[in-house]
Amino acid sequence: MRFLLDTEQRAFAASLDAMLSSADTPTVVRAWASGDHGPGRAVWSKLADAGVFALAAPEAYEGVGPLPVGIAVAFVELGRHAVPGPLAETVAGAALLAALGEEGPAERLLPAIVSGKSMTTLVLPGGGPFALDGDVADLHLTVHGTGAAAELRGSSRAAAGPTGLPRTSLDPARRLALPSSGGERLAGGPQVADAAARALDWARLATAAQALGVGQALLDRTVGHVRRRTQFGVPIGSFQAVKHRLADARIALEFARPLLFGAALSMTPADVAAAKVTACEAAWTTARSALQLHGAIGYTAEYDLSLWLTKARALRTAWGTPAECRAEVLRGLSGAGPRS
Amino acid sequence: MDLAHSRADEAFRAEARAWLDAHVPAVPLPSLETAEGFAAHRAWEAELAADRWSVVSWPEEYGGRAADVVRWLVFEEEYWSAGAPGRVSQNGISLLAPTLFDHGTAEQRARVLPSMATGEVVWAQAWSEPEAGSDLASLTSRAVRTDGGWLLRGQKTWSSRAAFADRAFGLFRSEPDTPKPHQGLTYLMFDLRAPGVTVRPIGRLDGKPAFAELFLDDVFVPDTDVIGEPGAGWRVAMATAGNERGLTLRSPGRFLAAADRLVGLWRDRADPSDTALRDRVADAVIGARAYQLFTYAHASRFLDGESVGPESSLNKVFWSEYDIALHETALDLLGPAGEQADTEWSEGFVFSLAGPIYAGTNEIQRDIIAERLLGLPKGRR
Repeated sequence: MRFLLDTEQRAFAASLDAMLSSADTPTVVRAWASGDHGPGRAVWSKLADAGVFALAAPEAYEGVGPLPVGIAVAFVELGRHAVPGPLAETVAGAALLAALGEEGPAERLLPAIVSGKSMTTLVLPGGGPFALDGDVADLHLTVHGTGAAAELRGSSRAAAGPTGLPRTSLDPARRLALPSSGGERLAGGPQVADAAARALDWARLATAAQALGVGQALLDRTVGHVRRRTQFGVPIGSFQAVKHRLADARIALEFARPLLFGAALSMTPADVAAAKVTACEAAWTTARSALQLHGAIGYTAEYDLSLWLTKARALRTAWGTPAECRAEVLRGLSGAGPRS
Repeated sequence: MDLAHSRADEAFRAEARAWLDAHVPAVPLPSLETAEGFAAHRAWEAELAADRWSVVSWPEEYGGRAADVVRWLVFEEEYWSAGAPGRVSQNGISLLAPTLFDHGTAEQRARVLPSMATGEVVWAQAWSEPEAGSDLASLTSRAVRTDGGWLLRGQKTWSSRAAFADRAFGLFRSEPDTPKPHQGLTYLMFDLRAPGVTVRPIGRLDGKPAFAELFLDDVFVPDTDVIGEPGAGWRVAMATAGNERGLTLRSPGRFLAAADRLVGLWRDRADPSDTALRDRVADAVIGARAYQLFTYAHASRFLDGESVGPESSLNKVFWSEYDIALHETALDLLGPAGEQADTEWSEGFVFSLAGPIYAGTNEIQRDIIAERLLGLPKGRR
């Protein structure tokens, strides 16, 4: 029993934090939202070089994983810096391919994901209707059907073809494409359904971690604001009404964190779902307080706070709505549901 | 990062479970806030102590098993999962004993702890006064120097367990006119049946005398019942307020067991189409797990030699609000029958309503979080 990150894991987080701090991610996010993916791709390569995507892939496919705790550590930092792109999708896609093993397309597709060359978007049963950033992702993976009828199709961005105009998200850095219906049949059968279920857990875990990081960034920025902002001759952070909202945000985030790492250790669907709903609710609660305590400036698109505010809302329903996650938690308990 | 317990801790868990299986009363004891229930709970403390299960984290010489904080958490998980009774000695064990370990004398420990461990002496806390609640340091009850000791003079209130307890501990002003209110306070232990003590029980929301007012009229306390230096009582009282005590005031095991019971109620009673209640049951399950894992993380830090200070305020707000939400969910699952005062959830519900008020109100805890963890400036309370 030692439920703490080790020195190496903390150093990994610190190195990602330093790298992303120097990357000026707010500018990268705004470029991404406007369709200029160059700066985002440059950050993506650095993340690959730092070993982020390797954490989701086994050594047989040039990875170092699967290491869900490492993914959780990394994605907290990605959320803190509002890094754009199909991050959870790429990691979950890697987990999906890894779960299909030697018989599947892992050997062909996984190494490029690990190296950062293959930005991946993913659509799974139970995972939402959109292929995130489908207009930029190099690889589109889609699982249709369930049980024995499940099949995995894949296509390159070029082959995926026009998927209709990307829908805009409340988070302007998330570009919502419709999944391509075609593509090459990569695998089929019950093992695809099983792999898709595992991939869903990876996507949820990564999203939970990202949301926790988003919430932390919102809290940190708001604490900074209320210390600086003066009204009635004193910092507004000296008022109890302000303090207590931020204390509640801190409590919500601090109790989401152990659920996240507990889920990363067990990777059971129920634990992952508990972490997902709790981290996302904590992030959104924090976002509401961040907006309120910034006042009107927080309500503008030009102020960087908006990059995290809108992401907190989008992540809340990505890869499992609160209701779906809560239902998964109860399914995970031994015994049946209500009898009547 | 590892959540697996050591083999030694699992062996300890098995030993605790076997003992509890053989000893936990089949029928719940009457409420410990009644004379009959208090006596029954006191007898249960003696039964626990006879096999050294009443104070597992204490050193062996005082009746404990020298359990570290992780092993204590294991014990608590088993204790509450077995449906064992509430702890009538909780105030002494979680508030006074840590203070004695840190600031008491060997003589005080030898005299006070063994009878606390057996329940022979049950302790009440005596902090608040009519005009000193959250602003505890403004207290005015006096300890006046006399030959060989002190005379206590004044009034304490909201003294939990005092209606039936034997002794009490609290802070008294021994030096008036100090520059700051938290100076000149002395931490003392006194006998609730000593001459000059009048105990007036107070009925809580359901009328049961869960706490009391204490009127003190020149109550003699010998020097040997002062803890720490006279005048240094504030520091003595606060030293343990934020440390291990913050982790151990309410154990996760208690809430894990309550969430299990709630899931059972949901299965027995719920309308499957009521997704709003279903979500609240899920939140109770999630919250208990979150509290357990949060506590394991902080216990790990503690065992690494880190101090756990203002973080205990996070913990206090969380469990006190969680406890109310869980019990409200249970009452709502019971439907109109939840109004009855004698359901198996009623006592816990009434008890839970006090959680955000005692042990430092949640408003004070949020101030601590904002100022000491977030670094926000102090302001008017």
